[in-house]
Amino acid sequence: MTPRTVRVWKEVHKWTSLVCTLFLLMLCVTGLPLIFHEEIDRALGASAAPDSVAADAPMISLDRIMEIGHAERPNEAITFAVPDDDDPVWHLFFAPAVNSPKVTAAVSIDGRTGHILRVGDSTRSPFTKFVKDLHTDLFLDEKGMLFLGAIGLCFVVAIISGIVVYGPFMRRLDFGTVRPRTRRLYWLDMHNLTGMVLVAWMLVVGVTGIINTLSQQIGRHWQRTELVDMIAPWRNMPPPTQPASVQKAMETALAFAPGMKVSSIAMPGSPFAGGHHYGVYLHGDTPLTSKLLMPVMINAADGTFSESRQLPWYAKALFISKPLHFGDYGGLPLKIIWALLDLVTLVVLGSGLYLWAARLRTSPARRTDAVAHGLTQVQEHP
Amino acid sequence: MVNTRRSPAQIFGFPAIIALVIAFGLMSALLGDGVWDTASWIALALPLVIVAFYCKRAR
Repeated sequence: MTPRTVRVWKEVHKWTSLVCTLFLLMLCVTGLPLIFHEEIDRALGASAAPDSVAADAPMISLDRIMEIGHAERPNEAITFAVPDDDDPVWHLFFAPAVNSPKVTAAVSIDGRTGHILRVGDSTRSPFTKFVKDLHTDLFLDEKGMLFLGAIGLCFVVAIISGIVVYGPFMRRLDFGTVRPRTRRLYWLDMHNLTGMVLVAWMLVVGVTGIINTLSQQIGRHWQRTELVDMIAPWRNMPPPTQPASVQKAMETALAFAPGMKVSSIAMPGSPFAGGHHYGVYLHGDTPLTSKLLMPVMINAADGTFSESRQLPWYAKALFISKPLHFGDYGGLPLKIIWALLDLVTLVVLGSGLYLWAARLRTSPARRTDAVAHGLTQVQEHP
Repeated sequence: MVNTRRSPAQIFGFPAIIALVIAFGLMSALLGDGVWDTASWIALALPLVIVAFYCKRAR
């Protein structure tokens, strides 16, 4: 690389980093509690503990669960029924109308006793909901998500340019050199060490974060293409006046795909089901297939099987991105490691910001000198 | 060794190995359970150990 190319890459690293650093500091700080959102929600009493009955007590019909939910909120429509990951509990999601994408309430009902365990505006505690909204969209809904996606793109370019400038910087240094001589030199070496050691993890969390910011676009595209295609033969029929049993719809879907479990059930008329069907979304039970959904469309008129197909690659990419971003796929030890890696990322960001600010403080004459020669030359021949 | 020039292989060799170990750690918990989770914890703890080692040595 010529000194000129090195200089260009340094400028790329500086400017892409400057654009994204403040937002990434926020993302790292808010991401930290989100790694442990399940534990925090449980501690804050937001997760609904099931009634203590015999472990083998049978589940009551989902139709009965729906009746209980309707009685609790008679003026709203149920859009989704979602079984809890761990407990025999159903979470029912309510909206002002069945075709509305908005969620007005989440009602958790014990699947064996039918007791309403919790009513909230989501299944999360107010604290984790606040932190999650800040983290995912800055409280700006889709616009905020896409903005953070662009910030993520800057982060990825900053990482790649960081790798490029690491080469010339380390020409005369051993890996892991940390020189405590001056504060600036110490943090410069720390920035290089921590940044380079974490490069693969930061790239994976960055790229999967970007994919997550596209989740609304991905969902809508799937609805407009795959879902519309699956239910096209019913398009011109009148919707059923009295939908068939949701319990039967669930059983039909499970019989179609033995070994799979219910991830969620979209009610007829809701955006993920269409007017004539239950959209029963199943997932597998291996670590990988449990992340991937399979849609099974069940005729809402009689509870029979209508259609099912594999998810397209872009939807699979989204579902694989989620665990790789959240770090929630390898038990509590992985979460703790994820949190520590997040903290080291804060060191990378903070040291980078410090180095930039420390350079601004040097006198204008020295600053032009440093710019002209590039930072590394100045550092190598003090 | 301070003033000898290092080749790209010398500069990027160790970081590349760390990146491969991280990639393995990220995948193993995704593709398996039990022993694969444990392998993932060990692999992803490695970068933390390396950072801690060099920080401690500098003091």
